[in-house]
Amino acid sequence: MALMTEANWEPKVLAFCCNWCSYSGADLVGLNRMKYPENVRIVRVPCSARVNPQFIIRAFQRGADGVLVAGCHPGDCHYSTGNYYTRRRFLVMKRLLEFIGIESQRFQARWISGAEAVKFRDTVTKLCEDIKALGPQRKLRDQK
Amino acid sequence: MRRIGVFICHCGSNIAATVDCAKVAEAARGFPGVVYSADYKYMCSEPGQEFIKAAIAQEDLNAIVVASCTPRMHELTFRKTLANGGLNPYLFEMANLREQCSWVHTDKEKATVKAIDLVKMAAAKANKNEELTSSTMPVHKKALVIGAGIAGMQAALDIADAGHQVVLVEREPTIGGKMPMLDKTFPTMDCSACISTPKMVEVAQHPNIELLAYAEVTEVKGFIGSFTVQIRQKAKYVDHDKCTGCGLCETKCPSKVPNEYDLGLGQRACIYKPFAQAVPNKPVIDPLHCRKLVDNKCGLCAKVCPTGAVNYQDAERLFTDTFGAIVMATGYDLYPWEEIYGEYGYGRFPDVITGLQFERMVNASGPTGGKLKRPSDGQEPKSVVFIKCVGSREPAKAKGYCSRACCMYTAKHAHQVLDKIPDAAVYVFYMDVRAAGKAYDEFYEATLKDGAVYLRGRVSKIYQEGSKLIVKGEDSLLGRPVQVTADLVVLATAMIPSQGSRELAQTVGFLPDLDGWYQEAHPKLRPVETPTAGVFLAGACQGPKDIPDTVAQAGAAAAKVCGLLSKSQLETNPMTARSNPAICSGCGLCVAVCPYKAIQLISLADRDRYGKRINRTVADVNHGLCQGCGACTVTCRSGAIDLQGFKNNQILEEVDALWR
Repeated sequence: MALMTEANWEPKVLAFCCNWCSYSGADLVGLNRMKYPENVRIVRVPCSARVNPQFIIRAFQRGADGVLVAGCHPGDCHYSTGNYYTRRRFLVMKRLLEFIGIESQRFQARWISGAEAVKFRDTVTKLCEDIKALGPQRKLRDQK
Repeated sequence: MRRIGVFICHCGSNIAATVDCAKVAEAARGFPGVVYSADYKYMCSEPGQEFIKAAIAQEDLNAIVVASCTPRMHELTFRKTLANGGLNPYLFEMANLREQCSWVHTDKEKATVKAIDLVKMAAAKANKNEELTSSTMPVHKKALVIGAGIAGMQAALDIADAGHQVVLVEREPTIGGKMPMLDKTFPTMDCSACISTPKMVEVAQHPNIELLAYAEVTEVKGFIGSFTVQIRQKAKYVDHDKCTGCGLCETKCPSKVPNEYDLGLGQRACIYKPFAQAVPNKPVIDPLHCRKLVDNKCGLCAKVCPTGAVNYQDAERLFTDTFGAIVMATGYDLYPWEEIYGEYGYGRFPDVITGLQFERMVNASGPTGGKLKRPSDGQEPKSVVFIKCVGSREPAKAKGYCSRACCMYTAKHAHQVLDKIPDAAVYVFYMDVRAAGKAYDEFYEATLKDGAVYLRGRVSKIYQEGSKLIVKGEDSLLGRPVQVTADLVVLATAMIPSQGSRELAQTVGFLPDLDGWYQEAHPKLRPVETPTAGVFLAGACQGPKDIPDTVAQAGAAAAKVCGLLSKSQLETNPMTARSNPAICSGCGLCVAVCPYKAIQLISLADRDRYGKRINRTVADVNHGLCQGCGACTVTCRSGAIDLQGFKNNQILEEVDALWR
């Protein structure tokens, strides 16, 4: 329970962003000098379909308080069909995580295009706020 | 073990104002594998790059991390720096401290903590980076163009004029497509056949073009640079080497059937050329209606042929060829309005025709010799109603898109009616007038001045009263119903992808969009390429288009093909998927998810645990086709497939590093 009571606790959120849409959307937030919480760390992947559910489990095991997977909007995938696989995989993944007791707010899959700076900012801001309200994720982490 | 050098860029004050770069550089020295770190004002500048090169030599570095702007900006710059410094360019990793850190945060202390994390992740990945090398693939300097309408002909001519070999395949007995069917073209009113038939002749006579009319593509294997294509030459039953094209057989043939070229308004023989200026200008026999081929009777054409060119034993022929590039130019068809437009009579009223039928009728070489006649009684129509958007812009019933050319050809038709029958009344029911091209709106305005009455609104019903058609609709500008007594109704039916184009796309190896149009690789920046490398798009197969746009796009596709064929070999992207045959179970799940048909199941000679020779099925990735999306890596249950540059252990290392 030590972590819960730490006054200066800040969540760490990992975001997997596809190179063509969401990563460039995140870049656009910077270009427009919009602000979002410092808690987010972005991992660049070629396509949201490259994100193995194992990566998400691993992030939670290591201590991630939240994970975001972001890709192109359905129909806009740079690789034509990648995000359709993402969509199916992470619908199942979300239910699995809920089933094992991870609060549903901690894992999100979102479609963010290269033009949607506002959506990227709002998505990660909301995610960080939700996770701050929930407190640290201890269910899956290696060291409790 | 990697010897990583970390370089933190200030980007002037862009990064340094919010991130303590010296502190990040200092922290980096403690990360696994990092032996050197430094910060500098502008890493991407000439001195900055020299600085990296010098450090590679002095510190014996074998992996580099640059923490600066987004990799989308300068990844390629620094990869070249590594190559110049004697390192494999893929031993490089970038941390995005500008767009995703300094520019989006204000608290310098927190931003610095985040920057350290980002560099830590990049260094962890750099630790696992491997040397990657691109291989080369040969380019067969020959292009295949599928479809010989105006798009295919133009693309073939442009490629051939650049000095490359072209094979042009057309499934109809003549090339030309829909353009020679038209009478005049808007907005200049120049004769369509006069500008398209010389192009047909030019195609037939071009030394670099091999013309295969009455043939179809049946199979495509391979990838950019070397597509192996199987083509089926349909049986013509006429030896075109012997035939002189005299046309005697056509005049003697006793069986007549409706002519497809005149959309049923005229008749043709069963040994026929679709129209007088057809290229090749030699006939074929229609095997479905020829009495000799169906019932083994008649045989008149063989008797009258002065050169003995008719051969009833002719059979289809399959052959294969190899091409470096493919241009799809399969064009369009018209929406089958008879199937759903009950309010317009389901095609029961002979005097309700389509715009293309109108074109044949008004064409001097058409079935009526250019005279406007009602199909029912041959009388000259005195009142003509045009209805636009039949099937287009009607998502609930037919198609949601705009067919783009109809506004203009309807204006042209209205003008032609008023030109040929000066006392005729012309009504046009429209939703909007979209006349956005060069000199298009002026043409529409001129049609209004000619006396065409434009009524904004839809037609709700057409019914027959005596010999007349009653057209009931609404004038939505006046807000009241209107009723017009018409002699002839012309429907501007929607363009749809040509019949069989979806199956052809599957054969070639890409997917059409939801409406069946061929999907371009990027709607803005790659409008003539498909997602499948080496396959390009020209004309209406990509979406509804008028002739000028089609010709422009055909030229663009040809330029892309010429760019490809000007190389003797292609360098492949090394960041592609690799399958490890030792652990691949051959389940084939990866084959199904690959959008590029880049994975195949192959048979591998192996030995089982008793040493007996066996054949195992394993996945094999074609690196010429793979685009590196990584969808297969997640599907693979045995973990046999991995993506170079974004390997499982590289991404997991990034995740792990964050909490180390």
